[in-house]
Amino acid sequence: MAELNSKIPKGPLTSKWTHYKDHQNLVNPSNKRKLDIIIVGTGLAGAAAASSLGEMGFNVKIFCYQDSPRRAHSIAAQGGINAAKNYPNDGDSIYRLFYDTIKGGDYRAREANVYRLAEVSNNIIDQCVAQGVPFAREYGGSLENRSFGGAQVSRTFFARGQTGQQLLLGAYSALSRQIKLGTVKLYERHEMMDVVIVDGKARGIIARDLITGKLERHFGHAVIVATGGYGNVFYLSTNAMGSNTSAIWQIFKKGAWFANPCFTQIHPTCIPVHGDYQSKLTLMSESLRNDGRIWVPKRKEDAAAHRSGKLKANDIAEENRDYFLERRYPAFGNLVPRDVASRAAKERCDAGFGVGSTGLAVFLDFRESIGRLGKNVIEERYGNLFQMYEKIVDENPYENPMMIYPAVHYTMGGTWVDYELQTSVTGLFAAGEANFSDHGANRLGASALMQGLADGYFVLPYTIQNYLAGEIRVARMSTDKAEFAEAEKAVKARLEKLMTVKGSKSVDHFHKELGKIMWEYVGMARNETGLKKAIELIKKLRAEFWKDVKIPGTMQELNVELEKANRVADFLELGELLAYDALNRNESCGGHFREEYQTEEGECKRNDEDYKYVAAWEYVSEGQFKLHKEELAYEEIEVKQRVYK
Amino acid sequence: MDLTLKIWRQKDSKSSGKFVIYPLKNISPNCSFLEMLDILNEELIGRNEDPVVFDHDCREGICGMCSLYINGRPHGPDDAVTACQLHMRKFKDGDTIVIEPWRARPFPVIKDLMVDRSAFDKIIQEGGYISVNTGGAAEANNILVGKENSELSMDAAACIGCGACVAACKNASAMLFVSAKISQFALLPQGQIEAKQRVKKMVKKMDELGFGNCTNTYACEAECPKLISRSNIARMNREFMCAKVI
Repeated sequence: MAELNSKIPKGPLTSKWTHYKDHQNLVNPSNKRKLDIIIVGTGLAGAAAASSLGEMGFNVKIFCYQDSPRRAHSIAAQGGINAAKNYPNDGDSIYRLFYDTIKGGDYRAREANVYRLAEVSNNIIDQCVAQGVPFAREYGGSLENRSFGGAQVSRTFFARGQTGQQLLLGAYSALSRQIKLGTVKLYERHEMMDVVIVDGKARGIIARDLITGKLERHFGHAVIVATGGYGNVFYLSTNAMGSNTSAIWQIFKKGAWFANPCFTQIHPTCIPVHGDYQSKLTLMSESLRNDGRIWVPKRKEDAAAHRSGKLKANDIAEENRDYFLERRYPAFGNLVPRDVASRAAKERCDAGFGVGSTGLAVFLDFRESIGRLGKNVIEERYGNLFQMYEKIVDENPYENPMMIYPAVHYTMGGTWVDYELQTSVTGLFAAGEANFSDHGANRLGASALMQGLADGYFVLPYTIQNYLAGEIRVARMSTDKAEFAEAEKAVKARLEKLMTVKGSKSVDHFHKELGKIMWEYVGMARNETGLKKAIELIKKLRAEFWKDVKIPGTMQELNVELEKANRVADFLELGELLAYDALNRNESCGGHFREEYQTEEGECKRNDEDYKYVAAWEYVSEGQFKLHKEELAYEEIEVKQRVYK
Repeated sequence: MDLTLKIWRQKDSKSSGKFVIYPLKNISPNCSFLEMLDILNEELIGRNEDPVVFDHDCREGICGMCSLYINGRPHGPDDAVTACQLHMRKFKDGDTIVIEPWRARPFPVIKDLMVDRSAFDKIIQEGGYISVNTGGAAEANNILVGKENSELSMDAAACIGCGACVAACKNASAMLFVSAKISQFALLPQGQIEAKQRVKKMVKKMDELGFGNCTNTYACEAECPKLISRSNIARMNREFMCAKVI
């Protein structure tokens, strides 16, 4: 097994990427035609990479489990995308975006990767405008910006509350153009089941046609996994129902190390849980914190009266409201990063100040901004979000403050990749949320869209050539090869095993149980005892799953329960690794909060001496993982305590 | 609340389907429509019956995957929402609810309530884009767009491609969908260069795939979960005429 080599180019930080591009290997046009690339996932990273690589002349095959590439969950991102354009003239720069991202990530991200991300951020905006993405504009016709958490400048570009949708449709349109031109072939309603490795290099995948149930073999000189994050391990999250970890878990089992799984992001502003039938949680964009103020009652009796329905929020007098983020963090106020805002809300609710019928909610109030700006301005800015809230909760947020609570949203951890976005398996790449690379222990708002598109449009199209330049003599392989046959046989055996359990409980039953364990012990606050307990409980649940899961129908047809079972089987293994990683990391940083390690004010207590590293896990056998450490060297930035006060 | 569900069941694209009646008890009014179907499916699995297949993914009204024809309306009785954001409080205790897939020849049924909407992708592949390669794009603020046009363009771009417009139309016309994409680009300076080719190609493909024509009933606009305006159809017709004549 290869040693951890992050392949960070030499030289000063500001010229590493330029230097890399100047010296990397390239593939000439006639050879590009002879090379096949497989991409799994059609979100921002996958669609952007597929269209870019297709334009360059490679043969691309792209896979998604949905009925169309336009459905990928990037579409649900609301608030915006960051870039260092400095259009508002408020002091932004590439360096400042880089600095904010490293600090926001609580000093657990790689400097070189993050600097590159900030560098290409401006190209992304240029590219998307050229594609016809309808970003918000000023009256003079130039692009408009707004603020987001963790920054003191306004660097977020947006298309109402549907920025992810518009950026994804931009990438989807570029992808559609390549599909028409024949450089990209689309396989919709297909799920990747495993990666095929030939002589130590990724050379293809086994995919299942979800309509017919047929297993297919696909060859590629290189494979890119861009399948998003693993937030659904918590069952309830803001992810789509189909979002899963299976692709990155299967490659993990084939040697692609998994980095920092415990870095999960709990988003502060989601609609609270209301019933046990609930299937997902809905996010209310972070952009709302630009104009909404977060508060709970100052007096416990008011909170209790609200919980029992005797007191309305609007009847609580101004002096009896505790704007706890403004109180604790005057410099950033309601715009502190997500991890900080989430923990502060939990702290208030745990202390008995929570509102709503469950007591697990805080107010997000627009009264002041409606008074200051007028209802029409608020409606123009957030109209679709307010409408969505009203449809779900059945209450008018223009008149009554919203009620919100933190929910699982994003996973910073993921497949370990080097500077080239190559995993620890040669020829296998990971992009977007699926990899671990840029956000450290906490992602700032409006940075996921930036990273997905950076990886897809501007990083992979370069770095993958550096690898493929060495593969130009490799002819397309027949999928009759033994390695393909064996991989397919193993996938078939696993599906058969699932079908033959014929137990008594549905897949959702196990998924919900796993979610409860994860939220209780591996959620917003973790401790050693809880994590150890979680590991035991997950092991037990996994054993029960393989003895008692019930899947109707057969393998050779459209079988939604089988699809879900296959994904939940992987979540049941990933959950354990997540808890192991959280147990290993004896410090609090970013989204990972260990109760044993906090300051007197309840803030994260990092331990740079012992844990300033990326934890890259290698799969040994079921429930057995080996830790590899990639030390993080900070040459440009001084590592200090993260302060937003 | 207690309900009677009348659901279209169809084994696969080749078999013929039929309605099957399922009683369902004790549903919370705060449940979403799809969560109600989840509960039904749990019961069916418990009884060793095949669960009802339906498309869904984000469950927050933006992916456009859910596609249920509920009591004779695409996405059901509430306005301006997809089926995933429809809540049971919009129904009454004791109601009978009829659930069908989208009915339109260009969207063949795959199984039960799931249909094949790849025809939409094929229309976009004909010209629903600006032909610009990655890299080399000009500085973004070199292209100025007036706020009014930018807002109108965004109104059109908000289409989620669910197909409710086609399902609502007696002619199975896709003109609201196609015109939304045409309008998004027609309203932007970036879209001008290929405007004529784009509208001609997309309309041709739309016709080829068997979608009908618009006869101005505006059922599409009435049922669109994203309130896409019928004025986009007028704009598309104008673009089409100009492209043909000039």
